[in-house]
Amino acid sequence: MSTLDSKTPKGPLKDKWSTYKDKIDLVNPANKRLIDVIVVGTGLAGGSASATLAELGYNVKAFCYQDSPRRAHSIAAQGGINAAKNYQGDGDSPYRLFYDTVKGGDYRSREANVYRLAEVSANIIDQCVAQGVPFAREYGGLLDNRSFGGVLVSRTFYAKGQTGQQLLLGAYSAMNRQIARGKIEMFNRHEMLDVVVVDGKARGIIARNLVTGEIERHSAHAVVIASGGYGNVYFLSTNAMGSNTTAAWKIHKKGAYFANPCYTQIHPTCIPRSGDYQSKLTLMSESLRNDGRIWVPKKMEDVHAIREGKLKPTQIAEEDRDYYLERRYPAFGNLVPRDVASRAAKERCDAGYGVNATGEAVYLDFKSAIERYGAEQAKIQGIENPSKEKIIALGEKIVEAKYGNLFQMYEKIVDENPYKTPMMIYPATHYTMGGIWVDYNLMTTIPGCYAIGEANFSDHGANRLGASALMQGLADGYFVLPYTIGDYLSDDIRTGPISTDSPEFEQAEKDVQERINFFVNNNGSKSVDYFHKRLGKVMWDKVGMARNEQGLKEAMDEIKAIREEFWKEVRVPGTAEGMNTELEKAGRVADFLELGELFAKDALHRNESCGGHFREESVELDGEQKGEAKRDDENFAYVAAWEYKGDPREAVLHKEELEFKDIELKQRSYK
Amino acid sequence: MGKGMTSVTRKVLMALSGFFLLVFLLQHSTINFLSVISPDLFDSVSHFMGTNPVVQFVLQPVLAFGVVFHIGMGISLEIQNNKARPVKYAVNKPGENASWMSRNMIITGVMVLLFFLLHFIDFWFPELNTKFIKGDMTGLNEAGHFRYYEELHHQFQNGLRVGVYVLSFIFLSLHLMHGFQSAFQSVGFRHNKYTPIVKKLGNIYAVVIPAAFIFIALYHFLNA
Amino acid sequence: MNLTLKIWRQNGASDKGKLVSYKVADISEHMSFLEMLDVLNEQLVNSGEEPVAFDHDCREGICGMCSLHINGEAHGPDRGVTTCQLHMRMFKDGDTITIEPFRAKAFPVVKDLVVDRSALDRIQQAGGYISVNTSGNTQDANAIPIPKADADEAMDAATCIGCGACVASCKNASAMLFVSAKVSQYALLPQGRVEAKDRVLNMVSQMDKEGFGNCTNTGACEVECPKGISITNIARMNREYLSASIKND
Repeated sequence: MSTLDSKTPKGPLKDKWSTYKDKIDLVNPANKRLIDVIVVGTGLAGGSASATLAELGYNVKAFCYQDSPRRAHSIAAQGGINAAKNYQGDGDSPYRLFYDTVKGGDYRSREANVYRLAEVSANIIDQCVAQGVPFAREYGGLLDNRSFGGVLVSRTFYAKGQTGQQLLLGAYSAMNRQIARGKIEMFNRHEMLDVVVVDGKARGIIARNLVTGEIERHSAHAVVIASGGYGNVYFLSTNAMGSNTTAAWKIHKKGAYFANPCYTQIHPTCIPRSGDYQSKLTLMSESLRNDGRIWVPKKMEDVHAIREGKLKPTQIAEEDRDYYLERRYPAFGNLVPRDVASRAAKERCDAGYGVNATGEAVYLDFKSAIERYGAEQAKIQGIENPSKEKIIALGEKIVEAKYGNLFQMYEKIVDENPYKTPMMIYPATHYTMGGIWVDYNLMTTIPGCYAIGEANFSDHGANRLGASALMQGLADGYFVLPYTIGDYLSDDIRTGPISTDSPEFEQAEKDVQERINFFVNNNGSKSVDYFHKRLGKVMWDKVGMARNEQGLKEAMDEIKAIREEFWKEVRVPGTAEGMNTELEKAGRVADFLELGELFAKDALHRNESCGGHFREESVELDGEQKGEAKRDDENFAYVAAWEYKGDPREAVLHKEELEFKDIELKQRSYK
Repeated sequence: MGKGMTSVTRKVLMALSGFFLLVFLLQHSTINFLSVISPDLFDSVSHFMGTNPVVQFVLQPVLAFGVVFHIGMGISLEIQNNKARPVKYAVNKPGENASWMSRNMIITGVMVLLFFLLHFIDFWFPELNTKFIKGDMTGLNEAGHFRYYEELHHQFQNGLRVGVYVLSFIFLSLHLMHGFQSAFQSVGFRHNKYTPIVKKLGNIYAVVIPAAFIFIALYHFLNA
Repeated sequence: MNLTLKIWRQNGASDKGKLVSYKVADISEHMSFLEMLDVLNEQLVNSGEEPVAFDHDCREGICGMCSLHINGEAHGPDRGVTTCQLHMRMFKDGDTITIEPFRAKAFPVVKDLVVDRSALDRIQQAGGYISVNTSGNTQDANAIPIPKADADEAMDAATCIGCGACVASCKNASAMLFVSAKVSQYALLPQGRVEAKDRVLNMVSQMDKEGFGNCTNTGACEVECPKGISITNIARMNREYLSASIKND
């Protein structure tokens, strides 16, 4: 085991980034034309990085597996993006955003990275407005804000319930400008299947053209991985069907350390599972918790009556409802951070109070918000003695304006009207805080290979606060990587074009080809999804919202067994030529089956509860915080970065000790 | 037709020629309606229109151009639009999302075009023959009266012809139902408050004008 | 419920393609349409056949990747949803469902139900952006107040997910709704006005080059649009185009 150097600049926290920027090496514009950069993934991080690098003058080759960069799953982010603008004058500042993020992450993130993130956050909003992102505005024409979980200020900018979409389309439009100029060469429907390391440096990738099936070699002076998170290791998650870990896992196998894989965010407000055929879960924005109140019945007989359809939730009297978040966390109430809200829902459902047939659902109720807004509107409109119906009608209008698209989505999926009856929600895998280990420059342990956005591990610690993923993706791509990568590339101005004829490219292509040939010739008896679903079940049951030693050990063995069976029994119809969606899935699931085991191993080794990682062995035993997660700063205040050694369980741990100079480590209390 | 023009330009020109024809139809139906109210007035207005040099040598060619342009562009667009979907759907339910009128402008348009040919044979060609080939600009018949009312009345004595006219005006009505409001949309006139009014006006226009023509034909047929 | 599916199978762009019938059984009304296709594909894989290729990704109606012309309508019989959000409760036991790819000259079939919609990307590249550098050194976001109504209307136009349902359902395979949504978003914002003239001219010209048909104002596009983009945007684009071509030198 070694200790990792994060290359964090010296000096006071507040000056690190600006001092760093003043001192790094730059590449002059004429030389940038001689340098190629590969970017894998076109979400907020990859898209913004591609556009910015191209604009600076580098030749960018961007890859995505979808048919257009605009489809990347950043598009599905609903609620908003944080920025320390303090437009509301409620005491916000970069320091406070930094503080909230570190605290929200349960003190498991790198201080300097988070401060930098908070510092550039305001620029993101300026940038996005300049490129035509239609953020929500107030009647005065200025930008509107809302509040998100785990914080005490309103710093979240939003565009209806489609903020991710609008930000991604902004980055996509910036990319389009560069594609039109020829500075970005776009490879749609291409999947990266390996990274090529030449003389110790990342010098290119092997990609499969998903339309023709051709295996292609692409070279560059640096490779940027922006391929998102690995939540689909659970099979069911709020990720897109195609979201995968392959790019990240391939660089891991070639030398990039994988950090904190066990830090996974289980989002509290998702539409519950309805049956075994379910292919994915749908998130309902956290912003709903601004106005919705979460509850389950207090009495078990009510629960049974509801499940049997004898009672409707609206018929349950106020005093028979358990608003358990408000009860347990009076200070933050329904706006506690995601990990806390998710565990509380699980606790109630495990105790038998779940309100749907599967027993895995709680209510999210808008009745009091509708009445409150309705009364307010009646007053504004000068209606005297409004009837109850009038108040509700007025209130529903306001709620519709705020969350209309979410309500519509819910109704389409569940076939119930959430204005009239409470929504049912349950936690689901949503985001992975863990990822490829990167230093302050966002470079992995492979020189010249970078990881940005959700693909890296750096900024959210053990739990991510709402509206921070969009912030990090764009910060990395627009404002951080373009500086840090220049420092590295300044050594490459005389290198010239990288040849794809080297033995390293040859070998990498051969390995990729062999694996593909294996799949299409295996003649197994079971589909790829069969294995993926089994993996997902093990992950959810034993490496899900609550974990313990025994379960984790079992999970490691079970995943290994599934993996071995997969390689014997998987069946991939069709050929290696042309479009073959089963072949694509097979490669991705093969990688998930390795990652899953490392994930469990990491969870097993981290014998503390922090953020999204909850170990049943590590809880507060008494006092006000009884039953809450218990962190162990003495033994675990480090980043666990794993080095690949051929078998996931043989991975070697490297630690990056986390130092908190500007923040005092405290128990997170939302009571 | 319209080579080198962009799709939006073609669409706007289609609308502008449409507007022009709307005005013409209003004028034509108004004058014809005079034949029901007062044959004399009809005769004198017709004579004015038939002999006034501005009408004859400025407005008439413009009208002819407008008609030809609208038809030519319509057909050219239809051909181009057909090419934009070389493989058709095996199952298609266009009625679920658009009105029959809006989808079949080419059918109603061609029916009106065929009617034009009949109409030209009935009225316009004889008129040109009398005026410009025979050189008779007097507008008088053998008895020394204006011949316009008499010719009109005479044409509508044939039941078959009246039937064809009535049918054609129904096609015209369907064409106008969509065309009127569509022309406004094409030139970019759309407003939450005014567009519903335009649509109502369009429906009224599309019913009243063809109905007037039908009434005239039937009136003369029944008043033998 | 038990269903008969007639699905367009086409092995690559050069293949002729045909409708093939399949049966699926025990479909739950709570399934999404794509989950029903998953069931079919699992069935096909288990019998050693190639599964039906179809585009999909987020399965929550926002990425715009899923398509399909289902029983004669883009994204199927429901309104305001993409195919991934279409649920089987819209169908009855014993139904025959015909599933075809989006059809347009500008959307060539890649395989089975997958079509190539890169024409839409190329239209965006012709001008669907504001030419500001991504340096972040722009003016403060609140420097130019924007009337809420304009911002809201720009947002409504910007919700377009680029799925191509407008093209698929237009009898002329016209892409006007898609193009006008982008033109409108920027035309309504002060930041976008600067390049408004060139944008509309270039985007329309690219749209024509791609082989889309002409708009005849049938309004089918706005009915089938899963995001409810209004043809008001087309009128706005016509207006913008007119004024740009008059001013153009």
